[in-house]
Amino acid sequence: MKSKTCFYCALILLSMFPACRKVPARDYSDRGTGAPVSGDIYVAASIGDASYLNPVLATDSSSGDINALVFNGLVKYNRDLKLVGDLAESWRVLEGGRKIIFKLRENVRWHDGQPFTAADVEFTYEKLIDPSVKTPYGSDYLLIQNLKVTGPYTVEVTYKQPFAPALESWSMGMLPKHLFSSGDFNTNPYNRKPVGTGPFKFREWVTDEKIVLDANPDYFEGKPYVSRYIYRIIPDQSVQFLEMRRESIDELGLTPDEWRAYPEFFRNYNKFRYPSFSYVYLGFNLRLPLFADKRFRQAVAFAIKKKDIIDGVLLGMGRSATGPFPPQSWAYDPGVKDTEYNPERSLKLLGELGYAKKDAEGYLEKDGRPLEFTVITNQGNKMRELTAEILQAQLKAVGIKVNIRVIEWSSFIHQFIDKRSFEAVLLGWSVSRDPDQYSIWNSSQTREGQYNFISYKNSEVDSLLDEGRRTFDQHKREAVYRRLHKIIADDLPYIFLYYPESLPCVHKRFKGVEVAPAGIGWNFYKWWVPGSEQKYTVE
Amino acid sequence: MRTYILKRLSYSIPILIGITLITFLVMHLAPGKPTEMLTDMNARVSADAKTKLAALYGLDKPWYVQYARWLGRFAVLDFGKSFRDGRPAVAKIAERLPASLLLNILSLLLILAAAVPIGIFSALHKDSIFDKATTVFVFIGFSVPAFWLALLFMILFGLKFGVLPISGLHSLDYSGMSVPGKLLDVASHLILPVFISAFTGLAGLSRYVRSSMLEVLRQDYIRTAYAKGLPENRIIFRHALKNALLPVVTILGLSLPALIGGGFIFETIFAYPGMGRLGYEAVMARDYPVVMAVGVIAAFLTLLGNLVADITYAWVDPRIRYK
Repeated sequence: MKSKTCFYCALILLSMFPACRKVPARDYSDRGTGAPVSGDIYVAASIGDASYLNPVLATDSSSGDINALVFNGLVKYNRDLKLVGDLAESWRVLEGGRKIIFKLRENVRWHDGQPFTAADVEFTYEKLIDPSVKTPYGSDYLLIQNLKVTGPYTVEVTYKQPFAPALESWSMGMLPKHLFSSGDFNTNPYNRKPVGTGPFKFREWVTDEKIVLDANPDYFEGKPYVSRYIYRIIPDQSVQFLEMRRESIDELGLTPDEWRAYPEFFRNYNKFRYPSFSYVYLGFNLRLPLFADKRFRQAVAFAIKKKDIIDGVLLGMGRSATGPFPPQSWAYDPGVKDTEYNPERSLKLLGELGYAKKDAEGYLEKDGRPLEFTVITNQGNKMRELTAEILQAQLKAVGIKVNIRVIEWSSFIHQFIDKRSFEAVLLGWSVSRDPDQYSIWNSSQTREGQYNFISYKNSEVDSLLDEGRRTFDQHKREAVYRRLHKIIADDLPYIFLYYPESLPCVHKRFKGVEVAPAGIGWNFYKWWVPGSEQKYTVE
Repeated sequence: MRTYILKRLSYSIPILIGITLITFLVMHLAPGKPTEMLTDMNARVSADAKTKLAALYGLDKPWYVQYARWLGRFAVLDFGKSFRDGRPAVAKIAERLPASLLLNILSLLLILAAAVPIGIFSALHKDSIFDKATTVFVFIGFSVPAFWLALLFMILFGLKFGVLPISGLHSLDYSGMSVPGKLLDVASHLILPVFISAFTGLAGLSRYVRSSMLEVLRQDYIRTAYAKGLPENRIIFRHALKNALLPVVTILGLSLPALIGGGFIFETIFAYPGMGRLGYEAVMARDYPVVMAVGVIAAFLTLLGNLVADITYAWVDPRIRYK
């Protein structure tokens, strides 16, 4: 009798649960054709908390996300990845590129109401080159001979020599002189409650929980429609995904397998895909005789089927890479041919190099020694580990034995890369919008800690890199970098494997989201939610 | 008693300094400098800029100089500033401490509330169905990975039923809520983490209570009590339980450091702003001042916990005091 009662109780309890099935399915079918209205909150998620809400000091991407909304540089990249004025209304390049004169916007105010002037630009520059300031970004600004304030809204920058990427370096967020001029810059309280000129004003920062920003009604390009921006810290990717399914976050960067998950998970989200500004490559230590021979590098390239890697590792969410510039960059030369998958040619080249006989395991050998090398990659990046395994199998097919070593990041850099004690390396580069890759390819950049760790040396590449830095004319620069693309692709110091894609999803109620060469988010302050679909109210 | 406490305290100081030395050494043996963790392989940061940064943080000096400097500051209780965001290490810890205490005290209370009755009952009815079922139950809790269980519960209660929040400690509109609303909000965020951390931590304590209860029940004085014809409740709660709980006191003393610690994986899953994440992230970023501060506090609490356990033991058990 008693157990029967229990059973019925349990049954009743269970039947109550579906009753709390919240969230009535809402309809977000508004096509966003009406006039934009203000309101609602945008909730983004991040794996890590920010460190410094000060663009001069910040090195992590979380701080960068917030700083981009709170601060402005003198210039910025527009939707088509062209540099346009931001705080600078216009600029002129004089004396063959040695001098840049910025004309600043006149009625821009800091979030605390003070006017923005040329003195703030001068102040930010002084901090960037100040040896006591803990900034890692000084090097670009040390090329400046002097910076003169020639009027309240004009700044004249003179370089020691013409430096085309200099223009991009002025996208650095400008700091308010009146708040930073006293006290220690590195520990200034405004590093945690930033005052900028950007579309969003800082509201609060609850450490390890969230950062809250409010729309800036006085933003010089117009008040953002979204009233508030909340940056939630959710350190686990799978929990972020659950929060997205619960619609408690409005944006999420997906992994390829998440992107391919059940469509009903994304019922109220729009998914986007576009190439990110990065590539993954297999680099060779060119100091070693085996790799110094171009024919060997070609043989490896012919044995690699990039499509299998992209399908296997990225589930097709990427593109085969042909060189050091991503396809949406103006420096990318669409005429450069991708390496061909051709195992016969690979075997033929290896034969020319003296590797003809196969041993019992099927690996080629020369003078009794098997043809093998070790690929190292860093720990914690599953995609790279998988890529290495696919490469291993593909190269085995032509008789090259590949060993894989996965090494913890710090040891990877300091014991192996810096010491040049590696044979081949599987890594990726995130590249800047400006195509200057001097530090990666120039033969002078091979000291410990510098980035030409494969010791690539090509005098034509060196001179093209120099020319690219000296040339301000966009068309001439384009020709220089496209030539560079061609030469490097032909030389094969790296085998460029793939360009991964960014795979964000954004809640459907946000209208005005547009994919451009710059991705999404370039017009974030223009995103809006129709009144009937607004989810949160902001007092 | 006082000399006993003083003696124990004076032993603790060299141990504490030894712990800081070892922590510091281990920290410096790990490859990579704090300034390099974010600037390595960043083509925007030149090698010279990295050297400059290292010098600004005093990382160009040999480790013993750095340790001596640290010890000098520690002597006046200055734990230095975090390398990551320039804030005092102590402030960063103070920020996380209440959240960690809240979660860990609640889960400890829940563990006590469940483990003691389970232990007593299993001991009284040894080898019964209840005993076997609870054994299986607590060991499931012990063996199941907390993060996996957390994800399953998040899917069940957060997505399928939609009754509980998935992660975090506060809702987004927390600051605009009334006081009861705030309490309810925090409570609903705490249900899953407290339940899961209690469930996964139940095994130890309940087994201790069970075995010490079993031992006590076999003692002569219990048999005497039964022979005198005392009511069973009185025998169990007055005579047996009092003695059986002695080892539990020790365990509780030793769990003092766990009150401020907390699992990194656990806090990461629940996006919970606690000490575990602070410590782990500091280690990964090679944020020496924060690592050292967390290390010192953990070491201090461990030593304190041992001391408290010993003293309460001496207090509740006269046999130890008189030895």
